[in-house]
Amino acid sequence: MADDNKPVQPSAPPTGANPSATPHVQPKPGADEAATARAAAATGAAPVPPAAGAAAGAVAHTARPAAPPKPPAAIPDLAGRTTTAASAGGQAARAATTTPATAAAKASTRAADDTSPLLTRRAWLGLAWGAFSAASAAALAATGRFMFPNVLNEPPQQFKAGFPNEYGVGVDERWKEKYGVWLVRTTEDIEQHAAGFYSLSVTCTHLGCTPNYLSAENKFKCPCHGSGFRITGVNFEGPAPRPLERTRIVLADDGQILVDKSRHFQRELGQWTDPEAFLKA
Amino acid sequence: MADTKTVAPQEGAATKFWNWLTETQAWKSIFRHDRPNTDRGRVLVMLSNVFLHLHPVRIRKSGVKLRYTWCMGGLSFFLFLVLTFTGLLLMFYYRPTLEYAYTDIIGLREHVPLGIMREMHRWGAHAMVITVWLHMFRVFMTGSYKPPREFNWSVGVIMLVLTLLLSFTGYLLPWDQLAIWAITVGSNMARATPFLGHEGPGAQLLRLGDVPLIHSADDARFALLGGTFVGEGALLRFYVLHCVGLPLGIAVLMAVHFWRVRKDGGISGPL
Repeated sequence: MADDNKPVQPSAPPTGANPSATPHVQPKPGADEAATARAAAATGAAPVPPAAGAAAGAVAHTARPAAPPKPPAAIPDLAGRTTTAASAGGQAARAATTTPATAAAKASTRAADDTSPLLTRRAWLGLAWGAFSAASAAALAATGRFMFPNVLNEPPQQFKAGFPNEYGVGVDERWKEKYGVWLVRTTEDIEQHAAGFYSLSVTCTHLGCTPNYLSAENKFKCPCHGSGFRITGVNFEGPAPRPLERTRIVLADDGQILVDKSRHFQRELGQWTDPEAFLKA
Repeated sequence: MADTKTVAPQEGAATKFWNWLTETQAWKSIFRHDRPNTDRGRVLVMLSNVFLHLHPVRIRKSGVKLRYTWCMGGLSFFLFLVLTFTGLLLMFYYRPTLEYAYTDIIGLREHVPLGIMREMHRWGAHAMVITVWLHMFRVFMTGSYKPPREFNWSVGVIMLVLTLLLSFTGYLLPWDQLAIWAITVGSNMARATPFLGHEGPGAQLLRLGDVPLIHSADDARFALLGGTFVGEGALLRFYVLHCVGLPLGIAVLMAVHFWRVRKDGGISGPL
């Protein structure tokens, strides 16, 4: 056909025949393909192989006697090689090596003069998106970690509370403000059945307010919702669901009482029998 | 009968000035549309103004019917703007530190001129919570959550949660007894989170031998408070969330929410 670039004028198909089988329509996909292939060859880039394949497929679908469209004339470069995969040389090469084995061999070993891209555009974009997603996920994780400070300006969890002989029997409030514990000395503990010390956490087990010690009534009373606790820590009135928690209390090396708030003991879990929940003295 | 001649009324000085002003190059650079005395002009006013372009050019008559809409959504937005503005003004005098927070709030009443900015902010906050609930109620009663508006309803619910969180974070900032204990009680809920809270179910399972991975110094409550109790870390965190983080989030969702209403045909449209 003389002028492949001109758009094909629609014409009446032969009676009863498959319209797409007319010789007029036939070269159109081929014409476009030829035009793009030539343009691509001129710029040295390889047109996307599926386009050639699709055109070839479109050609194959129509069962008609007309000759297949002529492969576009490949433009050789200065070295005399044809640089388009859709060129006659490329077509022939692809036709010759379409078996899976040879295709695999071709994939791993590139020919010396193969100038097709290592990665298709799709592969590059996939790589870029993957890298971006990974970086975003990492940034999100780093932001999450950022919210947990490594250094706290809070009073230390452990402190030395002086010597046992500095305390009388009953509730001592000297550490309530600073460390949030009551130091209680008793002659007969309800769980350990011995004389000694235990340290009660000042956090009400209802919703976390700080109860007050009412010495006249010998109980702890929470001002928020009226929870009441005996000096043992056991809850007996109000909405508190469980007794106050005891903290770890041991004797330090120098003989002082060491209170450690990092470990709590809950009576309802049977933990008040733990030897570190009570200091015998 | 003398010949009567029709004379155009003499334009007043103000009209003359206005006509001159709106023809100047400076004016035309700012306002790219004609005067809205034609339909085309009226449309262009909306379309060429960034502040107005979320407004529809026309609305249905039912859109202004208060008995249908209650105008609660609009009121909520208006209150949000009031809160943003009053909050911004409050930020000039309030320091979110243990040392200054309480006295700065007192200072906003005693030392700052007019002295009611803090109260306006507080009343606005209470009012906004009420209006968003009423808005939600109205949307439910008029069935404006039905398809295709289900997504906008969900956006609205998230905005409700953000509004309540804004109230929660703002409540701590005066740093008085009400504030500290309210936030203590509220944030204690976080320690019972499954797996992420150190007193919640499942946290005991997450340990490497004897070392607990989730404890009071690294659970969800710790991240919220920036500490193991409500202290300076919590105050600063809540301040940042209240002034920057949550408003940004709710502003983005507002944009989506209003956009959805417009694209679904405007307020109070037929279902």
